[in-house]
Amino acid sequence: MAYKMHLLVCGGTGCQASESAALVENLKKELEEQQLDSFAQVVMTGCFGFCEKGPIVKIIPDNTFYTQVSPENAGVIVSEHVAKGRRVDYLLYKNPEDNTPIAESKNMNFYKKQIRIALRNCGIINPENIEEYIARDGYLALGKVFQELGAENTIQVLKDAGLRGRGGAGFPTAIKWELTRKNEADQKYVVCNADEGDPGAFMDRSILEGDPHAVIEAMAINGYCVGATKGLIYIRAEYPLAIQRLKIALNQARNYGLLGNDILGSGFDFDIELRYGAGAFVCGEETALIHSMEGFRGEPTLKPPYPAQSGYLNKPTNVNNVETLANVPVIINKGPEWFNQIGTEKSKGTKVFALAGKVNNVGLIEVPMGITLREVIFEIGGGIKNNKKFKAVQTGGPSGGCLTEKDLDISIDYENLIAAGSMMGSGGMIVMDEDDCMVDVAKYFLDFTVEESCGKCAPCRIGNKRLYELLDKITKGKGTKQDLEILQNLGGVIKDTSLCGLGQSSPNPVLSTMRNFEDEYHAHVHDHKCPSGVCKSLMTYEIIPDNCVGCTACVRVCPVGAITGNKKEVHLISAELCIKCGACMERCKFDAITVN
Amino acid sequence: MTRVKNLDDLRKMRDQLQSKTNLRDKSEKPEDMVQIKVAMATCCIASGSRDTMNFFVDELEKRNIEAIVTQTGCMGYCYAEPTVEVTVPEKEPIIFGNVDTPKADEIIEKYIKGGEMVDGIIPVNYQKID
Repeated sequence: MAYKMHLLVCGGTGCQASESAALVENLKKELEEQQLDSFAQVVMTGCFGFCEKGPIVKIIPDNTFYTQVSPENAGVIVSEHVAKGRRVDYLLYKNPEDNTPIAESKNMNFYKKQIRIALRNCGIINPENIEEYIARDGYLALGKVFQELGAENTIQVLKDAGLRGRGGAGFPTAIKWELTRKNEADQKYVVCNADEGDPGAFMDRSILEGDPHAVIEAMAINGYCVGATKGLIYIRAEYPLAIQRLKIALNQARNYGLLGNDILGSGFDFDIELRYGAGAFVCGEETALIHSMEGFRGEPTLKPPYPAQSGYLNKPTNVNNVETLANVPVIINKGPEWFNQIGTEKSKGTKVFALAGKVNNVGLIEVPMGITLREVIFEIGGGIKNNKKFKAVQTGGPSGGCLTEKDLDISIDYENLIAAGSMMGSGGMIVMDEDDCMVDVAKYFLDFTVEESCGKCAPCRIGNKRLYELLDKITKGKGTKQDLEILQNLGGVIKDTSLCGLGQSSPNPVLSTMRNFEDEYHAHVHDHKCPSGVCKSLMTYEIIPDNCVGCTACVRVCPVGAITGNKKEVHLISAELCIKCGACMERCKFDAITVN
Repeated sequence: MTRVKNLDDLRKMRDQLQSKTNLRDKSEKPEDMVQIKVAMATCCIASGSRDTMNFFVDELEKRNIEAIVTQTGCMGYCYAEPTVEVTVPEKEPIIFGNVDTPKADEIIEKYIKGGEMVDGIIPVNYQKID
């Protein structure tokens, strides 16, 4: 007989780091001890998205959503909730506005506006059990493609649905498939791009960890449609949990005959291999990815020829992003009309974003295209931490740009973000508040691209380095008016002349912050001041004589001996010796130290 | 290991497996189906409420009634345990007392299926706040 209660425990990387695996063990042990193990079942699932408050435990059927559950809480959950139907109030999520507990996730602002398509099974099924995937219509789409639709109609369905690539540029998926299908060859390949490199983005990892079969099924459909019998998943070696779950899933699919020869009696043979990447950002670019899989350096090459003509081992190759693939089976099962009505005119469906930075609810969210940034940041994200003021949001990672207050009401889709000077990218979303210095933020992203540039073409290799040096100069208060002009010009040249998408977009953070926060750049250059108080070289710590009582607390705490002064006398900070660590300011009880 | 031979095979397999996980889908929209809450405090358990709950879950599934059975804490009618609250869509919730398995069977057959009232209704003497 089926279990009457399911305890879903998040087994994503984030929650596992907070001991969710031990929690699963403890819950199982408690159920056994209290003789409830035939009544309730513990299921380890994929990511719920609410990583801020992990580990998450969701109890079905009453839908109770427990947050920050530690292994020690297993006893009380079983003896109170499972045995007696009493919710454990102190483990419930508290509404940040009035601190009242919210029992069910559907009443939380974080979940209210989400529509989960790509993440449909994450947090619901056990990713290591193919039967739970099959129970939720898994592999049905593949069977339909074989028996009812056929390859051409399937591509037409994706075209009608309006599915576009979720990895960055938003190229129509069906057209990519069609191009590969048309190219004749003795062998073709389909590749899943799981080389997720944006700082802070983890949607692809979460899909692979939480619902690996969705990607496997979509790749088999992809292979059948374009005429490829081999699939490859290019995944970062730094995603051990995703790799482990993929391996389990691949073996299960093979055992069930859903991969291998003559799948579902269709006569179609297909199998998938894993290829590990070393974690280079540039390998997310499809030509670089293909070279890396071939065993060469991960460097991009000029297109054309496109991978659809000549890709992996010079054979036609179709590369798709994880999130794009995860959408495919649902579209086939539910039909293009269903998918079509979600989203905006040109961008259909949903997009997963990794919401990070200075917002209250950090996590993974899936929202319909067309939602506004304001809704995402202030409703789902719960507003800015510590009631600070919103300053900017960076979308699209190091290739995107920053958007400000005036852009908060634009509806999110591919075109609107580009028009506003940013891009969708893979879905990183980093929120910044008044304490963030935009020059410093631009420098951070440039530092990332300089590190990740493959070095093949001069504009990207040399140009980005020069941009970084200029920004560094400005943050040290040594920038000149001419430097600002050079930044602007050089940025444009790098964009125009770089070989691949990395260089073509790497100046975006600089250019967009210069456009939106011109005054901040001027403050650094002309006034030698950092308005947000981030750039250390531009700060001076001073003692307010009126407030100083001469307690010598700061003298004792200063690690470099930069403060002088005797007891009951006003102290003095030597600007030359000061390293701006801020220790004195933290220690002073009389507010006698200020930063300028 | 079962090898799935074709689409029909897969569908059959899905239909068999669905009962193991569909509780997770049903719990998303309980208002569309019959909701039964079984009180499960110490006194209720002592009076056999767990048997009542198991009976409801198993029988409703066997009789193909879309329902969701949850447990709840003490309802306060300790003299009439086990107590259950039954909510049929678009109707007011009704509380039944002394629900052993024969009574549960009667509730399913008469009230849930037929809409007939059965003995054992406890008049509600409190208000619920959400």
